[in-house]
Amino acid sequence: MSASPAAAAKAEPSHDATSAISVKEMRKCFGDHEVLKGISLEAHKGDVISILGSSGSGKSTLLRCINLLETPDSGEVWVGGELIRMKSGQGGHQTPADIRQVERIRADLAMVFQSFNLWSHMTVLENLVAAPVHVQKRPRAECLEQAEALLKRVGIWERRNYYPPHMSGGQQQRAAIARALAMNPKVMLFDEPTSALDPELVGEVLRVMRSLAEEGRTMLVVTHEMGFARDVSSKVMFLHKGEVDSLGEPKEMFARPPTQQFKQFITNFNK
Amino acid sequence: MEFLNSLLEQISTAYDLLAAGWGVQLLWGIGWTLAVTSVSMVIGAVLGSLVAAAKLSHRGRLRFLGESYTTVFRGEPELLIIYLFYYGGTQVLTGVARSTGSIGPTDIVNMPSFLGGVLAVGIISGAYQAEVFRGSFLAIHRGELEAARAYGMSAWLRFRLVIMPQVLRLAVPGLGNVWQLTIKDSALISVTGVAELMLTANKAARSTHHSLLFYTVAGILYLVMTSISTPIFEKAERYTSRSFLRPK
Repeated sequence: MSASPAAAAKAEPSHDATSAISVKEMRKCFGDHEVLKGISLEAHKGDVISILGSSGSGKSTLLRCINLLETPDSGEVWVGGELIRMKSGQGGHQTPADIRQVERIRADLAMVFQSFNLWSHMTVLENLVAAPVHVQKRPRAECLEQAEALLKRVGIWERRNYYPPHMSGGQQQRAAIARALAMNPKVMLFDEPTSALDPELVGEVLRVMRSLAEEGRTMLVVTHEMGFARDVSSKVMFLHKGEVDSLGEPKEMFARPPTQQFKQFITNFNK
Repeated sequence: MEFLNSLLEQISTAYDLLAAGWGVQLLWGIGWTLAVTSVSMVIGAVLGSLVAAAKLSHRGRLRFLGESYTTVFRGEPELLIIYLFYYGGTQVLTGVARSTGSIGPTDIVNMPSFLGGVLAVGIISGAYQAEVFRGSFLAIHRGELEAARAYGMSAWLRFRLVIMPQVLRLAVPGLGNVWQLTIKDSALISVTGVAELMLTANKAARSTHHSLLFYTVAGILYLVMTSISTPIFEKAERYTSRSFLRPK
């Protein structure tokens, strides 16, 4: 869909037409602990942003606040130039103003989880068509055709009639990536997609993710895979204690760590 | 030899009595027992899922209502609940009818015995089913519910596509137990005059003075009903949990 310049200007005067996701001053507390301390992030179409940080740095929370699996305490999330509208609810906490809008935007932000989270009572094929058919209301036949093609692409077409618990972790994660692709998402959110996998299964998942990056998909990837961050992503964002510690072009960041924190982080990783 | 003769005599008496019409009566009794049990299970399933939802609610007041329901109806004797609904219902209906003047001051409106019975047994069954449904919901992998939200499913879609199929799968073994309990509870409905198996056996025993025979036959019939349901529920369990069994 191409919005006319006038319409775009109406939506957000300073809006950049190439913006895929824009997060402004996001804050989130769990009890007394402030996990996100005013984080901003800008992803343009085709960007692959690796979000790094030690555990507890807030990187998963950031991702989960973008599609409102967690509700941020304050801050703005813009997806493709559209602001997710919030209202103040009980006890000063904000809540989504329009849950329909959130559901529509979530369908454009397909998420891949650390523990796959495939629906265990559905076959792989059913997992791939459930949301396209019921949420996006697309014709089932078309969705099935696309699902089979996606399963061929991630290399598990032979497993299309299997139930998730009957497959290896690597196969499940590839099925989960195919489920995300079946939504024709504007942005893909990866929440530590290889952290739950046995080391020998990590490669097959990273290969699929690399091919997605190469075809120009917009991706936000929370990961511990330094190789992926350095070689595949277009930007690296390093979070430390709930703040953006450093942000930059990956080769540059890894060759000359801009901060002491990031330097220490990658040194610890290489040990 | 004498013992054998007397046994044969007993058997032939039993045959005569059953063939004289009590056999058909008992078969009807089985039919009513199954009808009472099935209708009560359905009432219990509707109430049970509502109560389970209340117990899982974020709202304290709803949780309290749900807790009270299961505490009361699991904690009271079944017979008391049945009397309460049947005789209590009769009293309420009569009172209402008298006050509107639709019956005379000495007339009585009886609670329909089948309705009163299945309501009482259904409400009790609902208390047990609520616990089964609640446990099943809590056993669903949280990540799958989260994925349903992340893929834009509305609350209704999440319920229909992810929660309900999994709750049913996990609930089948527990529901098998409740079904057995409900079959046994249905015998108590005999006090309201529904001609189910217990009442029929009672009538036969009293009018023929062959208590031993008829209660034994009824006992065997109950056992047949409860034991047949076990393999049926096992089969259902295998079907609904097929995604967790090893493929062939």
